[in-house]
Amino acid sequence: MYTARLWSVRHARGLNAFYRAFEGVLVKLSPLFRAIGYQRLERPVAFVERNVKGLLFDCRMCGQCILSATGMSCPMNCPKNLRNGPCGGVRANGNCEVKPEMKCVWRLAVEGSARIPGGSEAIREVQHAVDRRLSGHSSWLRVVRERTGAKAP
Amino acid sequence: MRFEDEPVPGYPLPILPGHTSPGRLERVLRAGQFAITAELAPPDSADPEEVYKRAHIFDGYVDAINATDGSGANCHMSSLAVCALLTRIGYAPVMQISCRDKNRIAIQGDILGGAAMGVCNILCLTGDGVQAGDHPQALPVFDLDSMSLLETARTLRDEHRFLSGRKITFAPRVLIGAAENPFAQPVAWRATRLAKKVAAGAQFIQTQYCYDVPMLREFMKHVEDLGLLERVFVLVGVGPFKSAKAAEWIGAHVPGVHIPPAVIARLKGAQDQALEGRRLCIDLVQEIRTIRGVHGVHLMAYRQEESVAEIIDRSGVLAGRVPWHPARDTPPNTNRIAS
Repeated sequence: MYTARLWSVRHARGLNAFYRAFEGVLVKLSPLFRAIGYQRLERPVAFVERNVKGLLFDCRMCGQCILSATGMSCPMNCPKNLRNGPCGGVRANGNCEVKPEMKCVWRLAVEGSARIPGGSEAIREVQHAVDRRLSGHSSWLRVVRERTGAKAP
Repeated sequence: MRFEDEPVPGYPLPILPGHTSPGRLERVLRAGQFAITAELAPPDSADPEEVYKRAHIFDGYVDAINATDGSGANCHMSSLAVCALLTRIGYAPVMQISCRDKNRIAIQGDILGGAAMGVCNILCLTGDGVQAGDHPQALPVFDLDSMSLLETARTLRDEHRFLSGRKITFAPRVLIGAAENPFAQPVAWRATRLAKKVAAGAQFIQTQYCYDVPMLREFMKHVEDLGLLERVFVLVGVGPFKSAKAAEWIGAHVPGVHIPPAVIARLKGAQDQALEGRRLCIDLVQEIRTIRGVHGVHLMAYRQEESVAEIIDRSGVLAGRVPWHPARDTPPNTNRIAS
Protein backbone atom coordinates (compact mmCIF):
# COMPACT_ATOMS: atom_id res chain seq x y z
CA MET A 1 0.00 0.00 0.00
CA TYR A 2 1.48 3.28 -1.16
CA THR A 3 0.41 5.35 1.88
CA ALA A 4 1.86 2.78 4.29
CA ARG A 5 5.05 2.74 2.25
CA LEU A 6 5.44 6.50 2.66
CA TRP A 7 4.70 6.18 6.39
CA SER A 8 7.45 3.56 6.71
CA VAL A 9 10.03 5.88 5.16
CA ARG A 10 9.00 8.64 7.56
CA HIS A 11 9.43 6.19 10.43
CA ALA A 12 12.58 4.60 9.08
CA ARG A 13 14.46 5.14 12.32
CA GLY A 14 11.95 3.36 14.51
CA LEU A 15 11.35 0.55 12.05
CA ASN A 16 15.06 -0.05 11.68
CA ALA A 17 15.51 -0.19 15.45
CA PHE A 18 12.58 -2.57 15.72
CA TYR A 19 13.98 -4.81 13.00
CA ARG A 20 17.40 -4.94 14.66
CA ALA A 21 15.76 -6.14 17.90
CA PHE A 22 13.54 -8.57 15.98
CA GLU A 23 16.55 -10.01 14.15
CA GLY A 24 18.26 -10.51 17.51
CA VAL A 25 15.25 -12.47 18.76
CA LEU A 26 15.20 -14.57 15.60
CA VAL A 27 18.88 -15.40 16.00
CA LYS A 28 18.23 -16.44 19.62
CA LEU A 29 15.46 -18.71 18.39
CA SER A 30 17.74 -20.34 15.83
CA PRO A 31 18.17 -23.62 17.83
CA LEU A 32 14.40 -23.97 17.73
CA PHE A 33 14.36 -23.25 13.99
CA ARG A 34 17.03 -25.87 13.44
CA ALA A 35 15.05 -28.39 15.49
CA ILE A 36 11.94 -27.79 13.41
CA GLY A 37 13.92 -27.59 10.19
CA TYR A 38 14.36 -24.52 7.97
CA GLN A 39 12.77 -26.38 5.09
CA ARG A 40 9.54 -26.82 7.02
CA LEU A 41 9.58 -23.23 8.29
CA GLU A 42 10.17 -21.66 4.92
CA ARG A 43 6.57 -21.53 3.70
CA PRO A 44 4.83 -20.30 6.87
CA VAL A 45 7.55 -17.76 7.66
CA ALA A 46 7.63 -16.51 4.08
CA PHE A 47 3.83 -16.16 4.29
CA VAL A 48 4.06 -13.97 7.40
CA GLU A 49 6.99 -12.01 6.00
CA ARG A 50 5.21 -11.38 2.72
CA ASN A 51 2.14 -10.01 4.48
CA VAL A 52 3.84 -7.94 7.17
CA LYS A 53 6.43 -6.44 4.84
CA GLY A 54 3.90 -6.24 2.05
CA LEU A 55 1.73 -4.01 4.20
CA LEU A 56 4.58 -1.82 5.45
CA PHE A 57 6.85 -1.62 2.40
CA ASP A 58 5.00 -3.08 -0.58
CA CYS A 59 7.64 -5.81 -0.24
CA ARG A 60 8.25 -7.81 -3.43
CA MET A 61 9.91 -10.76 -1.65
CA CYS A 62 13.20 -10.53 -3.50
CA GLY A 63 14.59 -12.66 -0.66
CA GLN A 64 17.60 -10.37 -0.20
CA CYS A 65 16.18 -7.58 1.89
CA ILE A 66 18.28 -4.42 1.98
CA LEU A 67 15.72 -2.10 3.58
CA SER A 68 18.22 -1.01 6.24
CA ALA A 69 20.48 0.27 3.47
CA THR A 70 17.67 1.98 1.57
CA GLY A 71 15.98 4.03 4.27
CA MET A 72 13.08 1.54 4.52
CA SER A 73 12.08 2.32 0.92
CA CYS A 74 11.94 -1.03 -0.90
CA PRO A 75 14.06 -0.71 -4.07
CA MET A 76 12.16 -3.50 -5.79
CA ASN A 77 9.25 -1.07 -6.10
CA CYS A 78 11.37 0.85 -8.57
CA PRO A 79 9.96 -0.12 -11.99
CA LYS A 80 13.55 -0.70 -13.10
CA ASN A 81 14.41 -2.74 -9.97
CA LEU A 82 17.29 -0.38 -9.23
CA ARG A 83 19.11 -1.39 -6.06
CA ASN A 84 21.88 1.18 -6.17
CA GLY A 85 20.32 4.59 -6.51
CA PRO A 86 17.94 6.58 -8.69
CA CYS A 87 18.05 6.48 -12.47
CA GLY A 88 18.62 9.63 -14.50
CA GLY A 89 14.98 9.96 -15.40
CA VAL A 90 13.59 11.20 -12.08
CA ARG A 91 11.17 14.04 -12.77
CA ALA A 92 11.68 17.61 -11.58
CA ASN A 93 8.98 17.07 -8.95
CA GLY A 94 10.87 14.04 -7.66
CA ASN A 95 8.44 11.51 -9.11
CA CYS A 96 9.14 8.37 -11.09
CA GLU A 97 9.81 8.45 -14.82
CA VAL A 98 7.83 5.27 -15.43
CA LYS A 99 5.02 5.90 -12.93
CA PRO A 100 4.57 9.67 -12.85
CA GLU A 101 2.10 9.52 -9.94
CA MET A 102 4.59 7.71 -7.66
CA LYS A 103 7.40 9.35 -5.72
CA CYS A 104 10.80 8.05 -6.82
CA VAL A 105 11.64 5.09 -4.61
CA TRP A 106 15.23 6.29 -4.40
CA ARG A 107 14.39 9.84 -3.53
CA LEU A 108 12.52 8.37 -0.55
CA ALA A 109 15.43 6.05 0.17
CA VAL A 110 17.82 8.98 0.46
CA GLU A 111 15.39 10.71 2.86
CA GLY A 112 14.78 7.58 4.90
CA SER A 113 18.43 6.58 5.15
CA ALA A 114 19.27 9.97 6.68
CA ARG A 115 16.94 9.01 9.56
CA ILE A 116 18.65 5.70 10.28
CA PRO A 117 21.89 5.70 12.31
CA GLY A 118 24.60 4.72 9.82
CA GLY A 119 22.03 4.81 7.03
CA SER A 120 23.84 7.43 4.98
CA GLU A 121 26.88 5.16 4.88
CA ALA A 122 24.90 2.00 4.21
CA ILE A 123 23.19 3.51 1.17
CA ARG A 124 26.61 4.15 -0.41
CA GLU A 125 27.54 0.47 -0.38
CA VAL A 126 27.39 -1.05 -3.84
CA GLN A 127 24.70 -3.76 -3.93
CA HIS A 128 25.72 -6.70 -6.08
CA ALA A 129 23.53 -8.31 -8.70
CA VAL A 130 20.43 -9.92 -7.13
CA ASP A 131 20.16 -13.68 -6.93
CA ARG A 132 16.82 -14.28 -8.63
CA ARG A 133 16.62 -17.80 -7.17
CA LEU A 134 15.86 -16.32 -3.77
CA SER A 135 12.77 -14.56 -5.02
CA GLY A 136 9.72 -15.54 -2.94
CA HIS A 137 11.84 -16.93 -0.10
CA SER A 138 12.08 -15.59 3.43
CA SER A 139 14.79 -13.04 3.94
CA TRP A 140 14.44 -13.35 7.73
CA LEU A 141 15.29 -17.05 7.76
CA ARG A 142 18.16 -16.50 5.34
CA VAL A 143 19.65 -13.85 7.66
CA VAL A 144 19.36 -16.16 10.66
CA ARG A 145 20.98 -19.03 8.73
CA GLU A 146 23.80 -16.75 7.62
CA ARG A 147 24.40 -15.34 11.08
CA THR A 148 24.39 -18.76 12.73
CA GLY A 149 26.27 -20.57 10.01
CA ALA A 150 23.41 -22.94 9.21
CA LYS A 151 23.23 -24.40 5.72
CA ALA A 152 20.62 -23.35 3.20
CA PRO A 153 17.87 -25.97 2.86
CA MET B 1 46.04 12.82 -35.00
CA ARG B 2 47.92 9.60 -35.18
CA PHE B 3 49.68 7.78 -32.37
CA GLU B 4 53.23 6.94 -33.31
CA ASP B 5 52.87 3.38 -32.08
CA GLU B 6 49.72 2.85 -34.12
CA PRO B 7 50.51 -0.12 -36.36
CA VAL B 8 47.72 0.48 -38.85
CA PRO B 9 45.12 3.11 -38.03
CA GLY B 10 42.10 1.39 -36.66
CA TYR B 11 44.04 -1.62 -35.38
CA PRO B 12 44.21 -2.06 -31.61
CA LEU B 13 46.95 0.05 -30.07
CA PRO B 14 49.52 -1.38 -27.70
CA ILE B 15 48.14 -1.04 -24.16
CA LEU B 16 50.23 1.51 -22.29
CA PRO B 17 51.08 1.03 -18.61
CA GLY B 18 48.12 2.05 -16.47
CA HIS B 19 45.70 1.72 -19.39
CA THR B 20 43.01 -0.92 -19.52
CA SER B 21 42.15 -0.82 -23.21
CA PRO B 22 43.93 -0.71 -26.56
CA GLY B 23 41.61 2.11 -27.62
CA ARG B 24 42.16 5.64 -28.80
CA LEU B 25 39.60 7.21 -26.44
CA GLU B 26 41.55 6.08 -23.39
CA ARG B 27 44.77 7.39 -24.98
CA VAL B 28 43.23 10.81 -25.57
CA LEU B 29 41.74 11.00 -22.08
CA ARG B 30 44.86 9.86 -20.27
CA ALA B 31 46.98 12.24 -22.32
CA GLY B 32 44.90 15.05 -20.84
CA GLN B 33 43.42 16.12 -24.13
CA PHE B 34 39.88 17.42 -24.39
CA ALA B 35 37.98 14.43 -25.75
CA ILE B 36 34.99 14.58 -28.06
CA THR B 37 32.44 11.81 -28.34
CA ALA B 38 29.23 11.85 -30.34
CA GLU B 39 26.12 9.78 -30.38
CA LEU B 40 25.19 7.79 -33.45
CA ALA B 41 21.54 6.88 -33.78
CA PRO B 42 21.48 3.30 -35.11
CA PRO B 43 19.34 2.96 -38.23
CA ASP B 44 16.00 1.21 -38.56
CA SER B 45 17.56 -0.85 -41.28
CA ALA B 46 19.73 -3.88 -41.98
CA ASP B 47 21.93 -1.94 -44.40
CA PRO B 48 25.49 -1.44 -43.13
CA GLU B 49 25.93 1.54 -45.43
CA GLU B 50 23.45 3.47 -43.33
CA VAL B 51 25.69 2.98 -40.30
CA TYR B 52 28.76 4.12 -42.21
CA LYS B 53 26.91 7.15 -43.57
CA ARG B 54 25.95 8.16 -40.06
CA ALA B 55 29.47 7.69 -38.74
CA HIS B 56 31.08 9.49 -41.66
CA ILE B 57 29.37 12.75 -40.65
CA PHE B 58 31.63 12.91 -37.60
CA ASP B 59 34.89 12.27 -39.48
CA GLY B 60 37.73 14.33 -38.11
CA TYR B 61 35.76 15.76 -35.21
CA VAL B 62 35.23 13.00 -32.70
CA ASP B 63 37.45 10.60 -30.78
CA ALA B 64 34.78 7.98 -30.29
CA ILE B 65 31.26 7.28 -31.47
CA ASN B 66 28.56 6.07 -29.08
CA ALA B 67 26.29 3.40 -30.48
CA THR B 68 23.04 3.61 -28.54
CA ASP B 69 21.29 0.47 -27.33
CA GLY B 70 17.59 0.86 -28.04
CA SER B 71 17.61 4.44 -26.79
CA GLY B 72 14.29 5.75 -25.60
CA ALA B 73 13.21 2.10 -25.55
CA ASN B 74 12.75 2.26 -29.33
CA CYS B 75 13.80 -0.58 -31.55
CA HIS B 76 16.83 -0.02 -33.84
CA MET B 77 19.86 -1.95 -35.08
CA SER B 78 21.69 -3.40 -32.06
CA SER B 79 24.58 -1.48 -30.55
CA LEU B 80 26.81 -4.56 -30.76
CA ALA B 81 26.25 -4.80 -34.52
CA VAL B 82 26.77 -1.08 -35.08
CA CYS B 83 30.03 -1.28 -33.13
CA ALA B 84 31.19 -4.34 -35.06
CA LEU B 85 30.56 -2.50 -38.33
CA LEU B 86 32.36 0.60 -37.08
CA THR B 87 35.46 -1.22 -35.87
CA ARG B 88 35.78 -2.93 -39.26
CA ILE B 89 36.95 0.32 -40.78
CA GLY B 90 38.79 1.64 -37.77
CA TYR B 91 36.30 3.79 -35.91
CA ALA B 92 36.49 3.81 -32.12
CA PRO B 93 32.98 3.08 -30.84
CA VAL B 94 31.57 3.26 -27.34
CA MET B 95 29.23 0.30 -27.04
CA GLN B 96 26.22 1.27 -24.95
CA ILE B 97 24.70 -1.56 -22.95
CA SER B 98 21.31 -1.17 -21.37
CA CYS B 99 19.89 -3.47 -18.69
CA ARG B 100 16.38 -3.16 -20.03
CA ASP B 101 16.44 -5.81 -22.74
CA LYS B 102 19.00 -8.41 -21.69
CA ASN B 103 19.79 -10.51 -18.67
CA ARG B 104 23.27 -11.12 -17.29
CA ILE B 105 23.89 -14.09 -19.54
CA ALA B 106 23.25 -12.11 -22.73
CA ILE B 107 25.07 -9.03 -21.49
CA GLN B 108 28.26 -10.86 -20.57
CA GLY B 109 28.20 -12.57 -23.93
CA ASP B 110 27.87 -9.20 -25.65
CA ILE B 111 30.79 -7.72 -23.73
CA LEU B 112 33.02 -10.60 -24.81
CA GLY B 113 31.68 -10.43 -28.36
CA GLY B 114 32.07 -6.68 -28.58
CA ALA B 115 35.64 -6.79 -27.32
CA ALA B 116 36.42 -9.58 -29.79
CA MET B 117 35.13 -7.32 -32.56
CA GLY B 118 37.45 -4.52 -31.47
CA VAL B 119 35.25 -2.56 -29.10
CA CYS B 120 37.48 -0.78 -26.57
CA ASN B 121 34.88 1.26 -24.68
CA ILE B 122 31.61 0.26 -23.12
CA LEU B 123 28.97 2.40 -21.46
CA CYS B 124 26.91 0.70 -18.75
CA LEU B 125 23.37 2.02 -18.53
CA THR B 126 20.16 1.12 -16.77
CA GLY B 127 18.10 2.10 -19.81
CA ASP B 128 14.79 3.84 -20.30
CA GLY B 129 11.62 2.09 -19.22
CA VAL B 130 9.72 0.26 -21.98
CA GLN B 131 6.78 2.65 -21.55
CA ALA B 132 8.87 5.37 -23.21
CA GLY B 133 9.32 3.60 -26.51
CA ASP B 134 7.55 2.05 -29.45
CA HIS B 135 7.06 -1.36 -27.81
CA PRO B 136 5.38 -0.59 -24.48
CA GLN B 137 4.01 -4.15 -24.45
CA ALA B 138 7.54 -5.59 -24.11
CA LEU B 139 8.91 -7.29 -20.99
CA PRO B 140 11.30 -4.98 -19.12
CA VAL B 141 14.20 -7.22 -18.07
CA PHE B 142 16.31 -5.16 -15.64
CA ASP B 143 18.05 -8.27 -14.33
CA LEU B 144 21.07 -6.10 -13.48
CA ASP B 145 21.12 -2.38 -12.74
CA SER B 146 23.75 0.01 -14.08
CA MET B 147 25.82 -0.49 -10.93
CA SER B 148 25.87 -4.28 -10.98
CA LEU B 149 26.48 -4.09 -14.74
CA LEU B 150 29.60 -2.03 -14.05
CA GLU B 151 30.72 -4.63 -11.53
CA THR B 152 30.03 -7.36 -14.06
CA ALA B 153 32.14 -5.68 -16.74
CA ARG B 154 34.96 -5.16 -14.29
CA THR B 155 34.78 -8.76 -13.13
CA LEU B 156 35.11 -9.97 -16.73
CA ARG B 157 38.01 -7.65 -17.44
CA ASP B 158 40.01 -7.73 -14.22
CA GLU B 159 39.21 -11.11 -12.74
CA HIS B 160 38.99 -12.96 -16.03
CA ARG B 161 35.80 -14.70 -15.00
CA PHE B 162 32.05 -14.59 -15.46
CA LEU B 163 29.78 -13.60 -12.57
CA SER B 164 29.28 -17.32 -12.07
CA GLY B 165 32.99 -17.67 -11.33
CA ARG B 166 33.73 -19.63 -14.49
CA LYS B 167 37.06 -18.61 -16.02
CA ILE B 168 37.37 -16.88 -19.36
CA THR B 169 40.54 -17.45 -21.34
CA PHE B 170 41.00 -13.94 -22.74
CA ALA B 171 39.53 -10.96 -20.90
CA PRO B 172 37.77 -8.09 -22.68
CA ARG B 173 40.16 -5.14 -22.58
CA VAL B 174 37.79 -2.24 -22.28
CA LEU B 175 37.46 1.20 -20.80
CA ILE B 176 34.35 1.09 -18.64
CA GLY B 177 31.95 4.00 -18.61
CA ALA B 178 28.68 4.99 -17.01
CA ALA B 179 26.12 7.74 -17.27
CA GLU B 180 25.21 10.36 -14.73
CA ASN B 181 22.56 13.02 -14.65
CA PRO B 182 23.67 15.95 -12.48
CA PHE B 183 20.37 17.71 -13.18
CA ALA B 184 17.84 15.15 -11.96
CA GLN B 185 16.33 14.74 -8.50
CA PRO B 186 17.63 14.08 -5.88
CA VAL B 187 20.25 16.59 -7.08
CA ALA B 188 22.25 16.63 -3.85
CA TRP B 189 22.77 12.88 -4.08
CA ARG B 190 23.99 12.72 -7.69
CA ALA B 191 27.70 13.04 -6.94
CA THR B 192 27.36 10.34 -4.28
CA ARG B 193 25.79 8.11 -6.89
CA LEU B 194 28.75 8.82 -9.15
CA ALA B 195 31.07 7.80 -6.32
CA LYS B 196 29.19 4.50 -6.16
CA LYS B 197 29.61 4.03 -9.88
CA VAL B 198 33.33 4.70 -9.63
CA ALA B 199 33.53 2.17 -6.80
CA ALA B 200 31.70 -0.31 -9.02
CA GLY B 201 34.18 0.16 -11.87
CA ALA B 202 33.33 3.30 -13.87
CA GLN B 203 36.40 4.95 -15.39
CA PHE B 204 34.57 7.60 -17.36
CA ILE B 205 31.10 9.10 -17.38
CA GLN B 206 29.01 10.74 -20.03
CA THR B 207 26.36 13.00 -18.57
CA GLN B 208 22.82 13.81 -19.58
CA TYR B 209 22.34 17.02 -21.65
CA CYS B 210 23.71 20.04 -19.81
CA TYR B 211 21.95 23.36 -20.30
CA ASP B 212 22.54 24.66 -16.79
CA VAL B 213 26.23 25.37 -16.24
CA PRO B 214 25.90 26.70 -12.66
CA MET B 215 24.21 23.43 -11.72
CA LEU B 216 27.01 21.48 -13.42
CA ARG B 217 29.62 23.50 -11.52
CA GLU B 218 27.86 22.68 -8.28
CA PHE B 219 27.88 18.99 -9.18
CA MET B 220 31.57 19.06 -10.15
CA LYS B 221 32.42 20.77 -6.90
CA HIS B 222 30.67 17.98 -5.07
CA VAL B 223 32.54 15.44 -7.23
CA GLU B 224 35.80 17.10 -6.25
CA ASP B 225 34.85 17.09 -2.57
CA LEU B 226 34.31 13.35 -2.80
CA GLY B 227 37.84 12.97 -4.16
CA LEU B 228 36.72 11.67 -7.53
CA LEU B 229 38.46 14.10 -9.88
CA GLU B 230 41.52 11.89 -10.25
CA ARG B 231 39.49 8.72 -10.51
CA VAL B 232 37.01 9.36 -13.30
CA PHE B 233 36.96 11.16 -16.64
CA VAL B 234 33.89 13.35 -16.99
CA LEU B 235 32.45 14.00 -20.43
CA VAL B 236 29.55 16.42 -20.32
CA GLY B 237 26.56 15.83 -22.58
CA VAL B 238 25.59 18.66 -24.92
CA GLY B 239 23.34 19.07 -27.94
CA PRO B 240 21.82 21.78 -30.12
CA PHE B 241 18.13 22.64 -30.22
CA LYS B 242 16.40 23.14 -33.53
CA SER B 243 13.91 25.62 -32.09
CA ALA B 244 12.46 26.98 -28.86
CA LYS B 245 9.48 24.75 -29.43
CA ALA B 246 11.68 21.67 -29.66
CA ALA B 247 13.43 22.69 -26.44
CA GLU B 248 10.12 23.15 -24.67
CA TRP B 249 8.89 19.78 -25.87
CA ILE B 250 12.06 18.00 -24.73
CA GLY B 251 11.97 19.75 -21.36
CA ALA B 252 8.38 18.66 -20.84
CA HIS B 253 8.48 15.15 -22.28
CA VAL B 254 11.95 13.68 -21.90
CA PRO B 255 12.40 12.69 -18.27
CA GLY B 256 15.68 13.84 -16.79
CA VAL B 257 16.40 16.70 -19.20
CA HIS B 258 16.48 19.99 -17.35
CA ILE B 259 16.20 23.16 -19.44
CA PRO B 260 16.28 26.49 -17.58
CA PRO B 261 13.72 29.10 -18.75
CA ALA B 262 16.57 31.44 -19.79
CA VAL B 263 17.61 28.94 -22.46
CA ILE B 264 14.10 28.83 -23.94
CA ALA B 265 13.92 32.62 -23.79
CA ARG B 266 17.22 32.97 -25.65
CA LEU B 267 15.98 30.69 -28.43
CA LYS B 268 12.60 32.45 -28.61
CA GLY B 269 14.26 35.83 -28.98
CA ALA B 270 16.34 34.76 -31.98
CA GLN B 271 15.36 35.27 -35.60
CA ASP B 272 16.98 32.05 -36.74
CA GLN B 273 16.25 29.68 -33.86
CA ALA B 274 18.21 26.75 -35.29
CA LEU B 275 21.29 28.93 -35.69
CA GLU B 276 20.81 30.26 -32.16
CA GLY B 277 20.49 26.66 -30.95
CA ARG B 278 23.90 25.86 -32.40
CA ARG B 279 25.37 29.07 -30.98
CA LEU B 280 23.99 28.19 -27.58
CA CYS B 281 25.62 24.77 -27.86
CA ILE B 282 28.96 26.33 -28.82
CA ASP B 283 28.75 28.69 -25.85
CA LEU B 284 27.96 25.77 -23.56
CA VAL B 285 30.92 23.73 -24.86
CA GLN B 286 33.29 26.65 -24.32
CA GLU B 287 31.99 27.32 -20.83
CA ILE B 288 31.94 23.66 -19.83
CA ARG B 289 35.51 23.24 -21.02
CA THR B 290 36.79 25.62 -18.35
CA ILE B 291 35.32 23.62 -15.47
CA ARG B 292 37.85 21.74 -13.39
CA GLY B 293 37.56 17.99 -13.77
CA VAL B 294 35.77 18.05 -17.13
CA HIS B 295 37.69 16.02 -19.70
CA GLY B 296 35.51 16.39 -22.73
CA VAL B 297 32.06 16.73 -24.19
CA HIS B 298 29.63 14.17 -25.49
CA LEU B 299 27.52 15.48 -28.36
CA MET B 300 24.01 14.18 -28.68
CA ALA B 301 22.70 15.95 -31.78
CA TYR B 302 19.80 13.69 -32.61
CA ARG B 303 18.66 14.36 -36.19
CA GLN B 304 21.12 17.24 -36.37
CA GLU B 305 24.27 15.16 -36.59
CA GLU B 306 25.68 17.32 -39.39
CA SER B 307 25.87 20.26 -36.92
CA VAL B 308 28.46 18.44 -34.76
CA ALA B 309 31.35 19.46 -37.02
CA GLU B 310 30.36 23.12 -36.90
CA ILE B 311 29.89 23.09 -33.13
CA ILE B 312 33.25 21.45 -32.48
CA ASP B 313 35.01 23.61 -35.03
CA ARG B 314 33.64 26.92 -33.86
CA SER B 315 34.04 26.15 -30.17
CA GLY B 316 37.75 25.58 -30.82
CA VAL B 317 37.97 22.78 -28.25
CA LEU B 318 40.05 20.49 -30.43
CA ALA B 319 42.75 23.18 -30.53
CA GLY B 320 43.97 22.09 -33.95
CA ARG B 321 43.89 18.39 -33.17
CA VAL B 322 42.23 16.22 -35.82
CA PRO B 323 40.92 12.92 -34.44
CA TRP B 324 41.68 9.99 -36.66
CA HIS B 325 39.08 8.82 -39.14
CA PRO B 326 39.11 6.20 -41.89
CA ALA B 327 39.36 8.62 -44.82
CA ARG B 328 42.33 10.39 -43.32
CA ASP B 329 44.92 7.88 -44.35
CA THR B 330 44.81 5.52 -47.27
CA PRO B 331 41.70 3.37 -47.06
CA PRO B 332 42.46 0.28 -44.98
CA ASN B 333 43.07 -3.00 -46.73
CA THR B 334 39.76 -4.80 -46.78
CA ASN B 335 41.45 -8.20 -46.84
CA ARG B 336 43.28 -7.65 -43.61
CA ILE B 337 43.39 -10.48 -41.15
CA ALA B 338 42.71 -9.94 -37.49
CA SER B 339 45.93 -9.86 -35.55
